[in-house]
Amino acid sequence: MNSIFSGTRLRDMIRSIRACKTAAEERGVVRKECADIRASINENDPHDRHRNLAKLMFIHMLGYPTHFGQMECLKLIASPGFPEKRIGYLGLMLLLDERQEVLMLVTNSLKQDLNHTNQYVVGLALCALGNICSAEMARDLAPEVERLIQFRDPNIRKKAALCSTRIVRKVPDLAENFINAASSLLKEKHHGVLITGVQLCYELCTINDEALEYFRKKCTEGLIKTLKDITNSAYQPEYDVAGITDPFLHIRLLKLLRVLGHGDADASDLMTDILAQVATKTESNKNAGNAVLYECVETIMAIEDTSSLRVLAINILGRFLSNRDNNIRYVALNMLMKAIAFDDQAVQRHRVTILECVKDPDASIRKRALELVSLLVNENNVKQLTKELIDYLEISDEDFKEDLSAKICSIVEKFSLEKIWYIDQMLKVLSEAGKFVKDDVWHALIVVISNASELHGYTVRALYKAVLTYSEQETLVRVAIWCIGEYGDLLVNNVGMLGIEDPITVTESDAVDVVEDAITRHNSDMTTKAMALVALLKLSSRFPSISERIKDTIVKQKGSLLLEMQQRAIEFNSIVDRHKNIRSSLVERMPVLDEATFNVRRAGSLPASVSTMAKPSVSIPNGVAAAPLVDLLDLGSDDIMAAPSSSGADFLQDLLGVDLGSSSVQSGATPGPKAGADLLMDILSIGTPSPAQNNTSSVDLLSTAGINNNPSNALDTLSSPALPHIATTASAGGMFDLLDGLTPSPSKEATNGPAYPPIVAYESSTLKIEFTFSKSSGNPQETNVQATFINLSPNTFTYFIFQAAVPKFLQLHLDPASSNTLPASGNITQNLRVTNSQHGKKSLVMRMRIGYKVNGKDVLEEGQINNFPRGL
Amino acid sequence: SDISILSLQIRFILLQNRQGKTRLAKYYVPLEESEKHKVEYEVHRLVVNRDSKFTNFVEFRTHKVIYRRYAGLFFSLCVDITDNELAYLECIHLFVEILDHFFSNVCELDLVFNFHKVYLILDEFILAGELQETSKRAIIERMSELEKLE
Repeated sequence: MNSIFSGTRLRDMIRSIRACKTAAEERGVVRKECADIRASINENDPHDRHRNLAKLMFIHMLGYPTHFGQMECLKLIASPGFPEKRIGYLGLMLLLDERQEVLMLVTNSLKQDLNHTNQYVVGLALCALGNICSAEMARDLAPEVERLIQFRDPNIRKKAALCSTRIVRKVPDLAENFINAASSLLKEKHHGVLITGVQLCYELCTINDEALEYFRKKCTEGLIKTLKDITNSAYQPEYDVAGITDPFLHIRLLKLLRVLGHGDADASDLMTDILAQVATKTESNKNAGNAVLYECVETIMAIEDTSSLRVLAINILGRFLSNRDNNIRYVALNMLMKAIAFDDQAVQRHRVTILECVKDPDASIRKRALELVSLLVNENNVKQLTKELIDYLEISDEDFKEDLSAKICSIVEKFSLEKIWYIDQMLKVLSEAGKFVKDDVWHALIVVISNASELHGYTVRALYKAVLTYSEQETLVRVAIWCIGEYGDLLVNNVGMLGIEDPITVTESDAVDVVEDAITRHNSDMTTKAMALVALLKLSSRFPSISERIKDTIVKQKGSLLLEMQQRAIEFNSIVDRHKNIRSSLVERMPVLDEATFNVRRAGSLPASVSTMAKPSVSIPNGVAAAPLVDLLDLGSDDIMAAPSSSGADFLQDLLGVDLGSSSVQSGATPGPKAGADLLMDILSIGTPSPAQNNTSSVDLLSTAGINNNPSNALDTLSSPALPHIATTASAGGMFDLLDGLTPSPSKEATNGPAYPPIVAYESSTLKIEFTFSKSSGNPQETNVQATFINLSPNTFTYFIFQAAVPKFLQLHLDPASSNTLPASGNITQNLRVTNSQHGKKSLVMRMRIGYKVNGKDVLEEGQINNFPRGL
Repeated sequence: SDISILSLQIRFILLQNRQGKTRLAKYYVPLEESEKHKVEYEVHRLVVNRDSKFTNFVEFRTHKVIYRRYAGLFFSLCVDITDNELAYLECIHLFVEILDHFFSNVCELDLVFNFHKVYLILDEFILAGELQETSKRAIIERMSELEKLE
């Protein structure tokens, strides 16, 4: 390769390629070179082969295809000279890999070269074999390689050891053959051979239990001594890195000891001294030392328990946390998360440092630290930790606020001790990071507030104060508006003052100011504005003295460009104007929201439909929510149909009058009833369910009953089922008539109706796959499939992967499986989504392939699934 | 306790410059050419944009990549998620030291025009995804022995 010929020409080619200014130019140069090379190959002149291959390798590195050069590699390898062989093997490793059939042709050359008299040639062969051999080649040449492990030259021994590592990876059955040779390597003095020997033993131990047993019994003590020697050795310039003699060898030895000690008390016992020594004596001011310490900690955690060692290990991690190098902090956090499982106490001691890491400039460290902190929270430290986290929330980066606030909320909810503490923390979070807080979180807050009747006054006052300062936090504003609407009277009259409170003076006008602000502020969204309108309606009853002003505000919204606001305004205005007598009962204090039901619903995204509705009561006294609470709840849930991700929170949305998400005009796939108007209608049990389109103008609901000035008549008429149906915005579907006991419009769950029977998609003696089907609403082309994989064998499958391919008219989406490990007679599930663009014309069909490992062997099962039910 | 004790090895080693040109690509697991190109593209994108204040480890598919930048070159190693990151940082550094010694103050151009030698050096340092030699001196010596045979 250093001959004048190839050196110059190769360099020239490289130069001319580098001189190209555009991709097209480069392609041109490469094309010409390839043409020359091809021509040269055809001439079969051995002279140029060497140089040609070198050029091809460079071209390959640029990303161009070079298959035509593969045979040249073979010819060069078969040549007698060392330089030819060398470039031939190099080319082989670059241009081919184990999956290519061409590689098999090299086996013979390899065999010869492994037996070559020139040890450098032997080295070439071992290198190539060790880097790219296939399982077959491994099997063929294993005996050769095994023999070479004991060759006189250490360079060969090293290479043979690592080559063997690959061989046993490819063909685990052969592991036994290498045990003896490998153990002899452990006695080596040459570092290179020793480290390769250690690695080979490690490999053998992980794939073969007998090997593990053997090494554990026979070699543990020797390895410990080796580690001791190297730890205590004098300065060796050749191997020294930052004061440590061959840290790589340290690390490999520690890894091997880990395998030997894991699960075996005796072996673990033997190593405690050396582990303690490494843990305490290793210098940790440079990366090399820390790398060794890290490995030492991993080993301590993996072997059988000696709590003093574990404490030592965790202390090392604690020190890592304060290291300036963020790499070190990162690995420490990772390990601490694992360590918590063993020794929560020990990790707790480092809580303060971990908390500091939550404030780290590096985002991935912050994230991990936050995870870790949340694992450390318990009843004793939750208050302190929450305070620290909230304090940090105030100054943290915007992009971290979301994660941080979500974490704080989940901690607060999980550990909420006293309601007042919970409310206080939530208010702080909402004030700092309200815009990141998810709907279900602030809904939950409202549920709690509603249930804490002794705190209503305190809460509404706190919210009032907060919203004056943090009016840009949308969620805070919403919660505040709801509370002011509900408990406005408590606010202005300082009712229910707690000892810790300072009295504040809030006039009715002040309170209404806040609510009005929410409507008029330009960056309020629909939900907030609509909630504000409802609050105003409530306040018009609670604050009769400024009812006129409130009415004016409502009237102004009649001209709103937002349909929802317009409608609400018109309806509320009508109530304020003409139906003062029932107004107060309409907006009476909300009944306490049922926490238990809310939590259950929220926890499991309940199918929205309730199959039976509560029986209506026929007589409705005075419009008060006479129906038992559970009816109201069922009401809400029945009305929710659309969003597949509907959760229990939706029912709360309805009660709050907030579900303004979709204004879909189609019936049947509609969200819950809108706004206060629907809520009122529910409470009054009026209105017929009708999946009507957005029909007639927003008619005043009560006036359609033809009532003029006769209030009592109104009520009577209300109870009649003969009411014409009331226009609402599109969501009419789902309105209930408690009186008539009409069934709700079919929920989306019902559209699942024509049940597609589950199928056995595949069955072999070892594996069974079942598919169950469901349709998502709204899109007949889409089918959700839940695949269940059942292990029929008595062995555990690991690294289980399911792959599927479908024809072009189908689209397939796979969710991650529930697990990659399938225990004997166990099962795992995985969800798929198939979209059939030829729905109705062509049935589903799928080819699938399953890969897994059992007893160290790779297994592949394939099949085609033709028995999908028709019509999917 | 479930410490997973797996077969741990280096899966591939990449040397790329800031523009994404691959100066060395050694794979210890089989991948199609097109897959290799995708990998190289993805890894480059991952490492080239990372601020120096971030860690030298980045998750890559189901593994992780340990990387370090030396002048205009990114040295990346792909290893198992559970493996010792700090150790591989040392590994990268040792490799760079060897190159530096062999080429006397190595620069990118050295690696371009002598790419075949870079592979030879690598093959004396790592084999089958495992460490073959930890002495810089030993590797340099071996290289000069081999050069004499050419």
